[in-house]
Amino acid sequence: MASWDVFRELDSLRREMDEALRGAGTARVMVPAFLSGSRRFPLVNLGEDDQAIRVEALVPGIDPKTLEMSVVHNTLTLAGERKPVEVGNRPHAWHRNERGFGKFSRTLELPAQVDVDKVSASCENGLLTITLPKAEAAKPKKIAVKAA
Amino acid sequence: MSNTQPATQDKSATAREETRSDERYLRPAVDIIETEEGMTITADMPGLDKKNLDIDIDKGILTIQGHVKKSETPHDLYREFELVSYYRQFHLPEVIDPDKTKAEYVNGVLTLTLSKLAAAKPKKIEVKVK
Repeated sequence: MASWDVFRELDSLRREMDEALRGAGTARVMVPAFLSGSRRFPLVNLGEDDQAIRVEALVPGIDPKTLEMSVVHNTLTLAGERKPVEVGNRPHAWHRNERGFGKFSRTLELPAQVDVDKVSASCENGLLTITLPKAEAAKPKKIAVKAA
Repeated sequence: MSNTQPATQDKSATAREETRSDERYLRPAVDIIETEEGMTITADMPGLDKKNLDIDIDKGILTIQGHVKKSETPHDLYREFELVSYYRQFHLPEVIDPDKTKAEYVNGVLTLTLSKLAAAKPKKIEVKVK
């Protein structure tokens, strides 16, 4: 975790650039809730408190049962497949095709070690919420200072 | 099928948000497929509650709206998306029968099934060979 990785640095620089440029022009809405054709899917939010790390991911159109989630050390991987709209063999015409489909996989590095056995997740209306309790070693400890 | 204002649709959505309230709107991504019987509109609208979803057809204009309640994540570390409300309009062709519209919201995706008027559906006429 402490070692310096040139590729990771470049990747995070690229992300920062993307982030900085994305808002230009359409300033008000920060980020669309879902970007089809984006290199990143699903989009995630990361939050943290003393006890746990919370990850929110947007997974519209994905059956939660088919979503694969794995945690190794401090990385979280989400993988799955978004199915195309079913049209069958009937003749049809596309008027809009913006949503996109296909397989995806995304790995996140978590900011602390987590307790792998206590990870829980729920998925409601295309919004996946994962709670990853921190490992004992990663929780903040209060140390009392004794007055002499 | 066309948008109500193809070139300026994004702007019209923005104007709306400014005149109405401080609520912000997002244009959901859609797939629209037409078959002989009708049309299927699929829209990505994650994070909505079914009862906050409004679908309305008025004078041939389909309006899809969804209001999202803001969730508060304490101690944000990293943010890629924000749940905002959804708003988008489409101009429906005349062949659509608005009374036969079915809507479904599953896993954050809205699916609208629109039927064409009976008169607009193709009819097969068999030619009998004597």
